[in-house]
Amino acid sequence: MASRALSFQDMILTLHGFWSRQGCVILQPYDVEVGAGTLHPATVLRALGPKPWRAAYVQPSRRPSDGRHGDNPNRLRQFHQYQVILKPNPPDMQALYLASLEAVGIDPKLHDIRFVEDDWENPTVGAWGLGWEVWCDGMEISQYTYFQQVGGLDVSPVSGEITYGLERLALYVQGVESVYDLAFNDPQGPDHMTYGDVFLENEREFTAFEQEVADTQMLERQFHDMEAMVPRLLAAKGRRGQPLVLPAFDHVLKASHLFNLLDARGAIAVAQRQSYIGRIRELCRACAQAWVSLQGAGG
Amino acid sequence: MPQLLLELLSEEIPARMQAGAARELERAAGERFSRAELSFECLTAFAGPRRLSLVVDGLPARQAERSEERKGPRVGAPDAALAGFLRQAGVAREALVERDGVWFVTQVRPGRSTGELIGEIATEIITGFAWPKSMVWGNGSLRWVRPLHRIVCVFDGKVVPFSVDGLASGDLTEGHRFMGEQGAFASSDFASYRAGLEARFVVLDPAERKRRILVGAQALCDAHGLELLDDEGLLEEVAGMAEWPVPLLGAMDASFLDLPPEVIRTTMRTHQRYFAVRAGDGALAPHFIAIANIEAADGGALIAAGSARVLAARLEDARFFWREDRRRPLESRLGALAGITFHGKLGTLLQRVERVESLARKIAPNVGADADLATAAARLAKADLATAMVGEFPELQGTMGGYYARAEGLDPAIADAIADHYKPQGPSEAPPSAPVTVAVALADKIDTILAFFSIGEKPTGSRDPFALRRAALGVIRIILDNRLRLPLGEIFAASPFPATGIMEFFADRLEIVLRERGARFDLVDAVFALGDDDLTRVVTRIEALDAFLRSENGANLLAGYKRASNILAAEARKGPLPDGDAARPEGPPEETALFDAVKDVAPTLADGLAREDFAAALAGLASLRAPVDAFFDAVLVNSANASERDGRLRLLAQVRAAMGRVADFSRVSG
Repeated sequence: MASRALSFQDMILTLHGFWSRQGCVILQPYDVEVGAGTLHPATVLRALGPKPWRAAYVQPSRRPSDGRHGDNPNRLRQFHQYQVILKPNPPDMQALYLASLEAVGIDPKLHDIRFVEDDWENPTVGAWGLGWEVWCDGMEISQYTYFQQVGGLDVSPVSGEITYGLERLALYVQGVESVYDLAFNDPQGPDHMTYGDVFLENEREFTAFEQEVADTQMLERQFHDMEAMVPRLLAAKGRRGQPLVLPAFDHVLKASHLFNLLDARGAIAVAQRQSYIGRIRELCRACAQAWVSLQGAGG
Repeated sequence: MPQLLLELLSEEIPARMQAGAARELERAAGERFSRAELSFECLTAFAGPRRLSLVVDGLPARQAERSEERKGPRVGAPDAALAGFLRQAGVAREALVERDGVWFVTQVRPGRSTGELIGEIATEIITGFAWPKSMVWGNGSLRWVRPLHRIVCVFDGKVVPFSVDGLASGDLTEGHRFMGEQGAFASSDFASYRAGLEARFVVLDPAERKRRILVGAQALCDAHGLELLDDEGLLEEVAGMAEWPVPLLGAMDASFLDLPPEVIRTTMRTHQRYFAVRAGDGALAPHFIAIANIEAADGGALIAAGSARVLAARLEDARFFWREDRRRPLESRLGALAGITFHGKLGTLLQRVERVESLARKIAPNVGADADLATAAARLAKADLATAMVGEFPELQGTMGGYYARAEGLDPAIADAIADHYKPQGPSEAPPSAPVTVAVALADKIDTILAFFSIGEKPTGSRDPFALRRAALGVIRIILDNRLRLPLGEIFAASPFPATGIMEFFADRLEIVLRERGARFDLVDAVFALGDDDLTRVVTRIEALDAFLRSENGANLLAGYKRASNILAAEARKGPLPDGDAARPEGPPEETALFDAVKDVAPTLADGLAREDFAAALAGLASLRAPVDAFFDAVLVNSANASERDGRLRLLAQVRAAMGRVADFSRVSG
């Protein structure tokens, strides 16, 4: 299977083609650091309100605590999620998902594909849903969720969310042991590149930065600045009288990433943790409410 | 007789909810059929990964005719009220019958067709189904465990038409997701439904799926000289994860066998849902059994290889934890426990450890444990909660601490105590017996109970979120099984928390334990009323008392006791009873004989109690039976002579007091 296997980027292009045919807008990764593809406003905000929406995109996801200086073949501080949101979820969404697996080279007649209960929850954005982790021969390759609440608000219609772990999927499809050995582009081509050629140095430098060098006092200061900015933006008005929800939400994302950095530096005591998460959740809830009323106003 | 087939086809139902859902479907359907007065012969539900199915045999084609009596207005009520009633009931005035000044009408309602009722019943079952967790999807409002796709509802060969939130019932369902003929197929009854599923690679009955898993796994083991490690919980779960279960044998690198077997088993079970297998020598073998949901064309080679790879990655992680965790002594983890909240109102884990330490020291001499070893073990008992392995596998708490303690060369008694101090966790697990372990296990459980009681978290009804009942039961079983002599009251007093209500809580739990062993609950009360906190002695006393009351002397003496108590109670209501001991009476010989008997039994009783030979003490009491009976036959307590009366009352009070030293007989029923 390895010889015909899709390269990392061909897998992305295949998924783009597949979901584009399902009417998704193909977006670019959000250009603010996030810990998961769900946090892209194309998912977390668009899941709210009554308007239909279909989107797909790759999102580099930063988890500063998971960095291993590029030494661990399976653990990364930045990995890539392929994110699909279909709102409302169509009745055949599971079938579409299975067809997308076939498209990237996983034959469900030769592999054991399973939907294993896993209820998703993201307390920092006040979101939860029911669904599964999808297993391929015992390995989790995707998360599949029907959102029930976002920003502490019930959603209607319901969005279906699929998150593919691209590195894991590629490891499986290409049959290699280390993420750094993945073929990033055509491995037979003259300009072939591995995942390591592209990202190994990032892992090394960013692990050191995030876990050892980042200035915690500066991060704390910045966290407070971001936090203070959110209510100001929600109170401010654009030309059409609307609150500045999208800029406010950017500041929530930045605060959330700063929290992750502080956490990776070990600067957050256990007792403080819940309070930080609660503060981010409140900011997120405020944005969600403002977004919903904007939708209701026909914004 | 007509048959109903109902199937609810959905996206994947969590395995842990399936058995409950089948029971709920049977309950909901049975209840509604009864309410509709539809009898049936047999009602069975099946649950699987994608479907809930119900078959009901022997339903009637129609409901029986039903007559209903309706109550109308009083006779003489205003005409308007009567007219309103007649209109509402749709009957003429002649149909009214008067009874006790009220108008009644009896109406005969023709039975409705069962099919029509089934449409309503099925709708109610679906919309009112009690899932532990449910969701909405798309634009709909129906709640189900996961999106519902099809409703099959066939009665007596015909579709019962209805629709729920836009989903119409029919006779079509689907088979396996990937195997066999794809697309929908129709069923006309349960037999064709079940056969249609089987032909499309779906085993309907969870019991049959389990059987196939076991048979298949056994065959693989036999072929490779292996032995399957039974795991009922895992079997239940995997049977809920595959419609067409196919056991596959996978291989594991033998180098992983250096890991503790519990770690390997837990990794297989928790992360991967694989069964572990043993080699002929009883040790874990470098293999596993995975249950796939498909018969792949390559015989499952790709699946088995993929599964082995995932397991290897998991075990690699576990090996990393195992190596890293052992780099530091357990003692060095205590600082981390200071940062973990045990409970918002009860401080940190470290504070809890300190309490358990001091309790263990207090308990140690009572259970034959070295106090220093018990204290040291208690101090380290929770340290593994801060290790990476237990962070990954919380169910290995204790077990890992034991391994790490041995690895750093601590006293084996300490290591065993750390490993086993959570025991017994359930009725099938034996309580620990090693003295140091016993001291720590008791201290741990007693601290838990007192701590949560002190913040008002007592178990109520079915709510026992901190498993305090299980903790108390653990304490009781450890004490009784080891025949420990533990003054519980003193131990409770050594805790910083108040002991209010604790002894009563233990009495309740002990009562349940003893009842399960066949003892009478009133005897538990009778002995507990004495205020003894030594559970072993309490039980010995109860056993002796039980044997005594089964004897003829015991039963008769009890009757005498009741009679004496009743007289004393009646007299006490009239005025204060005479106090002091009776003098040797001059009266009838029966009275004198009883006086002498009470006096004579005193040393036997005292000696029996002192030696805790309750059978002997009770045998002594048995000698009172004949004199008591004779006394009541011949002597009138309530004599007109006040001094006679007082003397006799004093005598009865002495009989009561003597018996009361063994048990509070007033609490014994019968």
